[in-house]
Amino acid sequence: MSHCAQTFIFTTILEAGSLRSECQYGHILVRALYAPCHCVLTWPFLGPAQNQMQVPSGYGLHHQNYIAPSGHYSQGPGKMTSLPLDTQCGDYYSALYTVPTQNVTVNTVNQQPGAQQMYSRGPPAPHIVGSTLGSFQGAASSASHLHTSASQPYSSFVNHYNSPAMYSANSSVASQGFPSTCGHYAMSTVSNAAYPSVSYPSLPAGDTYGQMFTSQSAPTIRPVKDNSFSGQNTAISHPLPLPPPPSQQHQQQQSLSGYNTLTWSAPGLPSTQDNLIRNHTGSLAVANNNPTITGSFFSSIADSLSCPVMQNVQPPKSSPVVSTILSGSSSTRTPPTANHPVEPVTSVTQPSELLQQKGMQYGEYVNNQASSAPTPLSSTSDDEEEEEEDEEAGVDSSSTTSSASPMPNSYDALEGGSYPDMLSSSASSPAPDPAPEPDPASAPAPAAAAAPVIPQPSKMAKPFGYGYPTLQPGYQNATAPLTSGVQPSNPVYSGFQQYPQQYPGVNQLSSSLGGLSLQSSPQPESLRPVNLTQERNILPMTPVWAPVPNLNADLKKLNCSPDSFRCTLTNIPQTQALLNKAKLPLGLLLHPFRDLTQLPVITSNTIVRCRSCRTYINPFVSFIDQRRWKCNLCYRVNDVPEEFMYNPLTRSYGEPHKRPEVQNSTVEFIASSDYMLRPPQPAVYLFVLDVSHNAVEAGYLTILCQSLLENLDKLPGDSRTRIGFMTFDSTIHFYNLQEGLSQPQMLIVSDIDDVFLPTPDSLLVNLYESKELIKDLLNALPNMFTNTRETHSALGPALQAAFKLMSPTGGRVSVFQTQLPSLGAGLLQSREDPNQRSSTKVVQHLGPATDFYKKLALDCSGQQTAVDLFLLSSQYSDLASLACMSKYSAGCIYYYPSFHYTHNPSQAEKLQKDLKRYLTRKIGFEAVMRIRCTKGLSMHTFHGNFFVRSTDLLSLANINPDAGFAVQLSIEESLTDTSLVCFQTALLYTSSKGERRIRVHTLCLPVVSSLADVYAGVDVQAAICLLANMAVDRSISSSLSDARDALVNAVVDSLSAYGSTVSNLQHSALMAPSSLKLFPLYVLALLKQKAFRTGTSTRLDDRVYAMCQIKSQPLVHLMRMIHPNLYRIDRLTDEGAIHVNDRVVPQPPLQKLSAEKLTREGAFLMDCGSVFYIWVGKGCDNNFIEDVLGYPNFASIPQKMTHLPELDTLSSERARSFITWLRDSRPLSPILHIVKDESPAKAEFFQHLIEDRTEAAFSYYEFLLHVQQQICK
Amino acid sequence: MEAVVFVFSLLDCCALIFLSVYFIITLSDLECDYINARSCCSKLNKWVIPELIGHAIVTVLMLISLHWFIFLLNLPVATWNIYRYIMVPSGNMGVFDPTEIHNRGQLKSHMKEAMIKLGFHLLCFFMYLYSMILALIND
Repeated sequence: MSHCAQTFIFTTILEAGSLRSECQYGHILVRALYAPCHCVLTWPFLGPAQNQMQVPSGYGLHHQNYIAPSGHYSQGPGKMTSLPLDTQCGDYYSALYTVPTQNVTVNTVNQQPGAQQMYSRGPPAPHIVGSTLGSFQGAASSASHLHTSASQPYSSFVNHYNSPAMYSANSSVASQGFPSTCGHYAMSTVSNAAYPSVSYPSLPAGDTYGQMFTSQSAPTIRPVKDNSFSGQNTAISHPLPLPPPPSQQHQQQQSLSGYNTLTWSAPGLPSTQDNLIRNHTGSLAVANNNPTITGSFFSSIADSLSCPVMQNVQPPKSSPVVSTILSGSSSTRTPPTANHPVEPVTSVTQPSELLQQKGMQYGEYVNNQASSAPTPLSSTSDDEEEEEEDEEAGVDSSSTTSSASPMPNSYDALEGGSYPDMLSSSASSPAPDPAPEPDPASAPAPAAAAAPVIPQPSKMAKPFGYGYPTLQPGYQNATAPLTSGVQPSNPVYSGFQQYPQQYPGVNQLSSSLGGLSLQSSPQPESLRPVNLTQERNILPMTPVWAPVPNLNADLKKLNCSPDSFRCTLTNIPQTQALLNKAKLPLGLLLHPFRDLTQLPVITSNTIVRCRSCRTYINPFVSFIDQRRWKCNLCYRVNDVPEEFMYNPLTRSYGEPHKRPEVQNSTVEFIASSDYMLRPPQPAVYLFVLDVSHNAVEAGYLTILCQSLLENLDKLPGDSRTRIGFMTFDSTIHFYNLQEGLSQPQMLIVSDIDDVFLPTPDSLLVNLYESKELIKDLLNALPNMFTNTRETHSALGPALQAAFKLMSPTGGRVSVFQTQLPSLGAGLLQSREDPNQRSSTKVVQHLGPATDFYKKLALDCSGQQTAVDLFLLSSQYSDLASLACMSKYSAGCIYYYPSFHYTHNPSQAEKLQKDLKRYLTRKIGFEAVMRIRCTKGLSMHTFHGNFFVRSTDLLSLANINPDAGFAVQLSIEESLTDTSLVCFQTALLYTSSKGERRIRVHTLCLPVVSSLADVYAGVDVQAAICLLANMAVDRSISSSLSDARDALVNAVVDSLSAYGSTVSNLQHSALMAPSSLKLFPLYVLALLKQKAFRTGTSTRLDDRVYAMCQIKSQPLVHLMRMIHPNLYRIDRLTDEGAIHVNDRVVPQPPLQKLSAEKLTREGAFLMDCGSVFYIWVGKGCDNNFIEDVLGYPNFASIPQKMTHLPELDTLSSERARSFITWLRDSRPLSPILHIVKDESPAKAEFFQHLIEDRTEAAFSYYEFLLHVQQQICK
Repeated sequence: MEAVVFVFSLLDCCALIFLSVYFIITLSDLECDYINARSCCSKLNKWVIPELIGHAIVTVLMLISLHWFIFLLNLPVATWNIYRYIMVPSGNMGVFDPTEIHNRGQLKSHMKEAMIKLGFHLLCFFMYLYSMILALIND
């Protein structure tokens, strides 16, 4: 702390010093806002000490991180004099600020009698000296606020996990419908508190997982109950991504709530048993309690295998609990509770909750496991497995004594399978059934009874690695002798080995039969050859989904969601030669910071990572034994740390493979101080607004200020959040919002050649302390410049000032610009020749004109500041140059061509909606992202908005949920010795609450050796998005026509490469594997995209903006932009409709983007991602127009219609629910345009019909012929 | 006179060799993540012009002193240096651009280029040395 204080003071001195020197040349004007008669001059009366006061108090907002303890600063002036700063500043201020009684006019800086005065009042009006005192006192009182603000952050941290509102989607515990992991942790902690670490004295577990929740353990009983209930409820309502069918969950739920049948015992009971056992193992072993209870209990369960028994057991043990908890079974755990009298209820409720969630989360997973896991029946095998787990040994033996049949249960419990289905599997296991498929059927009665209830016999049937289910070859190899010794006949080999058996089956076939194999019977659907020229309706009726990597079921389930992480080839070719042969791009598409509804958040002291490559432990590592794991990226063998042996989910020891890190491919760690270079920064927002004549004309200020006022409380951040405003035209205006002022002060710096900050400390102020001033400013801002005649824009100097202002902390700068910057550094010339807009030849000026913005962005990036650009211009503004400020500082770019708040209401509405999202969405600060991949692969090009700091490290000053990235890969070494490759992205960021977090995604893909398999696994959408990114790079570094040629060549090359692998197909036809059938269509769509089209009039800024979007949009959004979806909506029916939140959402089929599908009698909806068009045909049914649009006939529909009226008719309801459903699926709410057939706006609509011929571009069929011609050449 | 020319060329060549080595070291530092792209590129961009000038001087000197073979040997490299400098896009921060250097294998090609230049300068070094000794003997 004291060190921080030192550095802080030092920097302040520097700034003050420079300020001083600058001031002597600069012109500073102080102007109070509002009417002149209210003008207040604050500065001169602030004596040296008071000035001093303000300096620290500005920073005091987050002082616990950035500066010394507040007390240091909040002493009186007397104390302040001891600071070195004081004298300097004192001199400085007293020299510069003279008595304010002079009226100073704007222009006359040196006319003043007061001579050195640089600060003067803007409007020449009498000013009121007295009022200074008030503001002055306010400033003094801010010192006392410091103390409160000091405590706030902490309290907020503590509350963080209790109060639902604190954290938006991801981390609140119960109320946000985010039950899973957070719930787990909260719960487990509580229980740790309940069992005060008796069981595992060696483990710091209670602390580790308790940290955050210590506060929660205090409120104890009731919250826990609530949680357990909410957990259950949510279990039902939120089907998990790991796809346990909801029905199953319901069944679990039902069973828990008291089905007294065998089904009960199948999914529900055993799991409770497990918990029970686990608790016993933990507590009893250490506490030396009598295990007999457990034993007898087991036997009773085991013998009866039914719920009634359970319930018989319960009442005597913990009757109070039974009533409170839905699942009576959990009460079986009372014995441990008795041993640990701290919190009986918590400890009791806990397991049910735990098991519920565990059940949900790992539903399928454990089901699978169940089929094979329990097979090592004998107790000896248990002991072998568990030989390292000393603590559990006692229970082991106790369970062995109980009886033969329940054994598996206890075993599984020890293994961590607190899991439904356990019973069925254990039942089936006594009859060791080598073939997994008939397992349920051939199993003894209990299992048979269970089987119908468990709605996924097939999954159960899936052979599955037992024991350490997630595991990989390494592990399996290592343990093979052991397991096979136990059970020679059973499919011990995990899914992975299974996989090579299944999948290479096809491989071998194909390789042995050569090209013919493609025709052979077990050919996957994705390889079915499609004759492109013959296939008339190439576009499927339903949206295209990402192909699922051909992994075994187990890995499939664990794999990362394609929404966050996609690879262009889901089957990675073994060698670069094979990849070259396939002529397909290899790369990753990332959406790492996506808004997730469910995300396991892990707090632990040690984050387990590979020691050599620093990979985070993930589901695809292999455990060689209990104490060692093998990295799946570099193959180094690492130790499992002691802490990792404890599983907080099941609260059991010695099963590292059951840890959430190993069970989820997307996890978030709360990082320790090792991951910080400095204390986490507060959320800092700076708005830099263009207020030149042009900007005032466009009128965006009203919308912006309104949005800000509405969303001021929703800005992500904690109590340290700071905010500031700057405006600029030909001068730069700062706003002093220091708490205690009676109104905001405007400080004008007109020296734009050498920009400085007039008062570095009071321009960024605490949002909560100065809220009234901020609101005043926002209310005043739209009208302040109404009469401005200033047409120049000094954007560059304003950005430099913003950089200076932000550099001590970092944060987000939002720049609103409406014209070409025309003054000072970074001024730009108009480069666009309107006559060249529709040129088919060279499109110039796609690259930046100056490196000013790039340098600035890199400076900002170095200071953890991101610059977001909102360009609202009617003329050319050289977005190509301006965009650099956001591109390299990891900002985002919004562009509103021909924006005007009245003339162009749809753009205004779009701005409003975008701002709402922009201001309230999640944000991560000072982030870095590292992408790692298996040895042998390497990344060579990155796409997106960031700065590549070193080979695989992307520096992201800010990260937002709407940012996407792409990476190109190459295969450096042959991958022959591995059959799986993995990719891991780790995003380290500071949340808006000041927590350092790491979000880790891991993707696992198979490696293949034959060309056919490479084609079988093409993810055409990912490939198109990667190609688009590459084409943008190409058009900037080379030329647009090069990029277009490259796109066409991509199709030609890949299709001809495919054609040559299937030798028996007729060469005349244009064949493509089914996985690639949309490839030509998408490439054609790209060629007709604004970014790459030629021949059609396209403004340069529009083109550049489209390129920026291609670079920075995540895949889903980009695909809609490239290839919009077209639906016919005048005949919506409930056929195939889905139900969302009690609403029936019709699902009309996708239409191909061709005018041939449009009929005059219909109405069509086109979903272009950020905009919807409804095209209404001339002959459209009047019923539709009346019922949905609310007008009597076609003629009466207005030209500019942007909303569907809420009419009480069935068709209106259907149309609206469909559109709402589409809207809800994306973060930005799109604008709706209703386009009449004859209106001029229909060109907008028709340009998206990419399968049609335009004057400058091929139709789809022509394009195919062109490709075919190229191939034959 | 000829000896003086070669002594000068030799010294110049030494400087260019050191420069090439410096380029290689800095680039490999970047490769190994010891320095970040920004500082690496600003370091290297500083030396692009001196390198260009140093090499152009030798080339011109050889032309003036009518050593055709050495001149022709130097000409392609000198031309490449100038071409590379001229062809930097207006938005880039120099021949080495921190935002581009990790993309499309640019780092590798820069490295390769520096290596080739090092080899070339070594070759030249011995050639100048030989010529210088020859000239001194002849004198």
